[in-house]
Amino acid sequence: MQIMEKSFKTLSYIAALFSIAAVFGIILSIFLEGLPLFKVVSIQEFIWGNAWYPTHGEAPQFGIRNLLIGSVYATLGALVIAVPLGLGSAIFISEIATPRLREIAKPAVELLAAIPSVVYGLFGMAILAPFIRELFDLSTGLNLLSTSIILGLMVVPIIASMSEDALSTVPKHMREASLALGATQWETITGVVLPAARSGIVGSVLQGFGRAIGETMVVLMVAGGSAQIPGSIFESLRPLTSTIAAEMGETVMGDLHYRSLFAIAIVLFLITFVTNLVAELVFLKRRLK
Amino acid sequence: MVKAHICTNNLNLWFGDNHVLYDVSMCVFENRITAMIGPSGCGKSSLLRCFNRMNDLIPSARIQGSILLDEEDIYHPKARVTDIRTRVGMVFQKPNPFPKSIFNNVAFGLKIQGKHSKSEIMDRVEKSLKDAWLWDEVKDRLHSSAMSLSGGQQQRLCIARALANGPRVLLLDEPTSALDPQSTAKIEELCLDLKSKVSILIVTHNIAQAGRISDYTAFMYLGELVEFGESSQVFTVPKDSRTEDYLTGVFG
Ligand SMILES: Nc1ncnc2c1ncn2[C@@H]1O[C@H](COP(=O)(O)OP(=O)(O)OP(=O)(O)O)[C@@H](O)[C@H]1O
Ligand SMILES: [Mg+2]
Repeated sequence: MQIMEKSFKTLSYIAALFSIAAVFGIILSIFLEGLPLFKVVSIQEFIWGNAWYPTHGEAPQFGIRNLLIGSVYATLGALVIAVPLGLGSAIFISEIATPRLREIAKPAVELLAAIPSVVYGLFGMAILAPFIRELFDLSTGLNLLSTSIILGLMVVPIIASMSEDALSTVPKHMREASLALGATQWETITGVVLPAARSGIVGSVLQGFGRAIGETMVVLMVAGGSAQIPGSIFESLRPLTSTIAAEMGETVMGDLHYRSLFAIAIVLFLITFVTNLVAELVFLKRRLK
Repeated sequence: MVKAHICTNNLNLWFGDNHVLYDVSMCVFENRITAMIGPSGCGKSSLLRCFNRMNDLIPSARIQGSILLDEEDIYHPKARVTDIRTRVGMVFQKPNPFPKSIFNNVAFGLKIQGKHSKSEIMDRVEKSLKDAWLWDEVKDRLHSSAMSLSGGQQQRLCIARALANGPRVLLLDEPTSALDPQSTAKIEELCLDLKSKVSILIVTHNIAQAGRISDYTAFMYLGELVEFGESSQVFTVPKDSRTEDYLTGVFG
């Protein structure tokens, strides 16, 4: 018995150690492979250069500005769709639905999270994009609008379920206090419940941001892929993630193109790392309160 | 001659199949304190929550009979429930300030009414805090969180918050049961002070408290209003033997 107990502890310890080591190993190798780029290309040139011609024979250019802005546009576009839908769903599930309806609506929204991203991509590419092309009479439907819609739908369940958790932890007596002062249900939701759940809602949006900016398959399939800054929602774009996925196969291990893709990975890592850090801090603040 | 302010008339209440109030007819009199006592589960809170229609929030609740507030039926189909709740304020057992600033707690009711100017709100907040004997303790930190107040201060803040709406009647459901003796005494004195401004209905498990502050006392037992009258009479010469048993501690 004693031995069993001991070996379980040791095994779980090893498992935890292994997972942490794997994460650090991955991060370390990204930096090791990517950082040497900056011996040749300055950081400023890399981040803010407007030309991405990594395979241009004589003078390749490694400016990721357009890709970076593409990522930011696609992610913000996704949030424009996902925040109202996700928060609206959360309010409906937590505050308005009858218990029976809640039992249906909650798993239904969460089901959106169970769909693999390639299925979202497929839907965007084969159904949504042609529809958008027809609707607005465009040359292609693979553009910022389609990308934002599909990415947004992927983020909805994250925002919905995390915000719903935050709303349901607001105690019932808080709602009663508001209603007893003559507030309507809607005034109670906007004036008391949402502010009380604020940190959880902000956290859910940050999580959604991190999810959208890191998503690769959908943007690879739906964004269109031209490395330009989209001038409108009807133009195509190329985010950071799909650049790595699409071009890694063409590189030679150790060449500048190869290193530049790892450098993009560093940028992505830093963005999601900071987002997660802020989200954790927001939650921590709430827990300490 | 004291004026009846809010009266129930043969009030019956069910939660689903559970009949919790039987033919209750009683009044809260103007500028008087009415105490409601009785053993746990006899329906005191349920009756209290009929007076500002908080039972509307419970889907299984069904009500029969009428309640007249200043001669007006609050359960009339045309009566506006938000309007009734600003005229009949409520303070709960556990202090439940919003996680907002002290000022915004008191201003909440006025702000949602949306018909008061900024300076008007300022004045009403100050007056309400003064009426609730909290002003001197918080006047220098109106914009810090209400959660930083002590339990007794939080409960007085909840009273101020209810007073800001300018209610005619104030309902208090065991407002001191979560408080220490000192804070309790303060709230009792406050109630005595407030009755010149509002009519008060207070539920309490503390018989001594009812005796100290109330002008009228209602004794409830198993959903029935067993005895209702001037406190001096209910406490000294109760008409019903059940009242006497309760007051002498035979049950409850
Ligand atoms: N939300 C509700 N849904 C269904 N039944 C309820 C609800 N609230 C109260 N009841 C029932 O109504 C009856 C009266 O309860 P109530 O809370 O009014 O008693 P009380 O006199 O206030 O008791 P206490 O002194 O313990 O606060 C009880 O049988 C209780 O189970
Ligand atoms: Mg009660």
